[in-house]
Amino acid sequence: MSMRISFQLNGKPASISTDDPQTPLLYALRDGLGMRGPRFGCGLGQCGACTVHLDDAAVRSCVIPVSAVAGRKVVTLEGLGTPTNPHPLQQAFMAEQAVQCGYCINGMIMQAAALLKATRNPSEEQIRTALAENLCRCGTHVRILRAVKRAADMMA
Amino acid sequence: MVLNESRRRFLKTGGALVVTFALSPTKAAPTVGATTAKTVATDEIDGFLAIDARGRVTVYSGKVDLGTGLETALTQIAAEELSVPLDRVTVIQGDTALTPDQGITWGSLSIQNGGMQIRQAAATAREALLTQVASAHGVAKESLTIKDGVITPGSGDKGWSYAELVGGRDLHLKLDAKARLKDPKDYTIVGQPVARLDIPAKVTGRFTYMHDFKVTGMVHARVIRPRGLKAGLLTWSDAKARKIPGYLGAVRKENFLAVLGRSEWAAIKASRAVDTTWSDWQGLPEKAKLWEYVRGAEVVSVEDVQKVGNSAAAMQTAGARTVSASYDFAIHTHGSIGPSCAVAHYQNGKLTVWSASQQTHLLRTQLSNMLGMQPADVRCIYLEGAGCYGRNGHEDAAADAALLAKETGRPVRVQWMREDEHGWDPKGPPTLIDVRAAVDAAGNEVRAWESQAFIPHKPKESAVTLLAAELAGLPRDEAFPGNISQSLGIPYTVPNIRATARWLAETPFRPSWIRAPGRMQNTFANESFVDELAVTLGVDPLEFRLRHLDDQRGIELLRRLATLSAWTPRRPMARQAGAVLKGRGLAYVKYELYRTYVGAVADVEVDGQSGKVTVKKFYVAHDCGQIINPDGLRNQIEGNVVQTTSRTLLEELQFDRSRVTSVDWASYPILKFPDVPDVAIDLIDRPNEKPWGAGEPTAAVVPAAIANAIAGATGVRLRSVPMTSEKVLAALHAAPSS
Repeated sequence: MSMRISFQLNGKPASISTDDPQTPLLYALRDGLGMRGPRFGCGLGQCGACTVHLDDAAVRSCVIPVSAVAGRKVVTLEGLGTPTNPHPLQQAFMAEQAVQCGYCINGMIMQAAALLKATRNPSEEQIRTALAENLCRCGTHVRILRAVKRAADMMA
Repeated sequence: MVLNESRRRFLKTGGALVVTFALSPTKAAPTVGATTAKTVATDEIDGFLAIDARGRVTVYSGKVDLGTGLETALTQIAAEELSVPLDRVTVIQGDTALTPDQGITWGSLSIQNGGMQIRQAAATAREALLTQVASAHGVAKESLTIKDGVITPGSGDKGWSYAELVGGRDLHLKLDAKARLKDPKDYTIVGQPVARLDIPAKVTGRFTYMHDFKVTGMVHARVIRPRGLKAGLLTWSDAKARKIPGYLGAVRKENFLAVLGRSEWAAIKASRAVDTTWSDWQGLPEKAKLWEYVRGAEVVSVEDVQKVGNSAAAMQTAGARTVSASYDFAIHTHGSIGPSCAVAHYQNGKLTVWSASQQTHLLRTQLSNMLGMQPADVRCIYLEGAGCYGRNGHEDAAADAALLAKETGRPVRVQWMREDEHGWDPKGPPTLIDVRAAVDAAGNEVRAWESQAFIPHKPKESAVTLLAAELAGLPRDEAFPGNISQSLGIPYTVPNIRATARWLAETPFRPSWIRAPGRMQNTFANESFVDELAVTLGVDPLEFRLRHLDDQRGIELLRRLATLSAWTPRRPMARQAGAVLKGRGLAYVKYELYRTYVGAVADVEVDGQSGKVTVKKFYVAHDCGQIINPDGLRNQIEGNVVQTTSRTLLEELQFDRSRVTSVDWASYPILKFPDVPDVAIDLIDRPNEKPWGAGEPTAAVVPAAIANAIAGATGVRLRSVPMTSEKVLAALHAAPSS
């Protein structure tokens, strides 16, 4: 028994038909709607690789059922900015070369974007705290911190 | 559309997600599974390079970019040697049909070996083209110059472009190991901090990782793991799974059990709905007695990896004072942020596997062996995945997918879940090292040094058992733990040294290499013990090392580290008072005793109440010879420091008698942002020297630098990794207070 769930994705209407309203948003986005920003990391809400914005808040799409986003606004990394019109955070991550394998970077940028929306000029400690539950295994942290600071300066 | 070009195109642009099999045959890119006309020979220039009619250069690299920036560095090397602009070079990586077998992407050898083969191939091609132009036009070769892929005569007349000279034809040249290399003083690309080619796509969600790759008609699979590592499957039922929409069925081969679904979520739900019973297997050692188990394991052979003078006699010298210590280093998991993933398609007796494997050529051998196929009928194609830092689960996911593709005839995507990656990827083995030294009667110098490492033996082949082959009872290799006796020897001028590997018959978990395998554990023991000896002799640890070095590059490196870190000579510290104790520690390595030099100073704080160690800052001096890309190098050094700080302070595999129990990030925590140290780096560039590896050597010095800093702060010596709050607190309580 299939049901249709409609929401706004990256500024445009989107809908997905599913037989299971409990399907995690991550799979709806990746497998149903062709998104590649949010990534599968743990499926447990522990690592942050799947982070998207839901009504401007950074959330873990691997533990949110797709039914919960009906009628709401979802933004993914590809909606935050594009190669020709990148978000300041995307520009700053390029400028600081703040990527190694890059698998976690979606989460880093989406989490930081939510921080910068709420806090205009965060201190380093605020950035570290905001990103505390986003895991990176390559050890790109020192560059990510520099990139978020750079983006904050650009947006100030 | 040509396969490799279409792959490149959607890697770069984020175009079509789906690769179909409707591929037109061309020379450079065979149809899937077909044999190809392109050579992959390592002694042929055409194995490594192609130049097309537009003058575009394609580099074929057997070594792959694991998130380390290798693609960019190889592009720089080839563009420099051929004198073409960077944007005219494309690198194809790890495709068994297209790229030469340059060995596993491991051991910090991708630039040192792989990149230098490509440099030599490019130099051979360039010199041959210069010779060809000189003889065809009757001009002196020396009078010719090359700019932007155009060979120009000294007369200033219009020149001849690579596009005209080669234009897509094979070069038919043997690799000339003596072909003249460009003089580093003329470099304009190598040595520059070129921005990484992959980053724009990665930060905008346009990059295609292995995990994003799809094939028409592809189905999704999940593997159901045994209750215990070697438990047997007694019964199973998918009665409940059959009620899940999109469930396609199960495949069982002995202890290998997998479910397939039309969608990923259907496969996940089905895997949770299958009922299984397993035999009770409890063959793992008791974790609390792990080190007794390691010490008591059967020894297959004993090997001296470094022998200088006569250490046994020196130990017995009258009046000599003996100091000894034992160090242990826990079992670690690779901890890739993206669990392993692969896609396989079996069609008309040919198998194609897309994998993030660091070893596609070896994977092809292993898969053909497992499935009873000819290697020529198997093609493995690399797509970048999450960082693996060694041999993680990528190859096992590929084997899962290959087995299922062959069984079902459908293209199959296998995505490991978090508990698969944490629970079932091969592990860095537990390592125990005993060290002792004899100090002369006056307490002035070290007369003898002996060490022995208790480490799992190395089978003949450098392969790690494929999990699917083990579970399904198919032909398979043993598990190779990596070259883990490297760096057990010491780089110091002690007159009598004996460093010994005790190769053990068994280790609890399927072993494999994790970043700086063995070198990290061995350097932890060596450099901690050097610090203990310096304390024993009452000598500043930097001064102690300088006294025992006769290697000018090593000496220069330590002096620069002293400047970078504003090192001040120190004596053994009395226990400080106060809630937060501060200390610094130093460590040094000459990697594998012959290449990259690294020295590091760590500044730590120890919370006397909780025992928590926080590394505030790392200073690293680094000499890997010629630097290809200084920013890429810094990125690697920073990553080594942060990742190894995590391994040193926090990481330890948890297990019961049957299986791994640390199967998520809560039970296997890694370092988080609030505890990440700052990193200051001094790069020593030597453009006229060989480029050595940099992916691992910094990692080797991190644990000892931290241990030595903790000792500096507290007067207490931690000889066990990880240095958790519990261990530090216990050590503080056990130590006599001053």
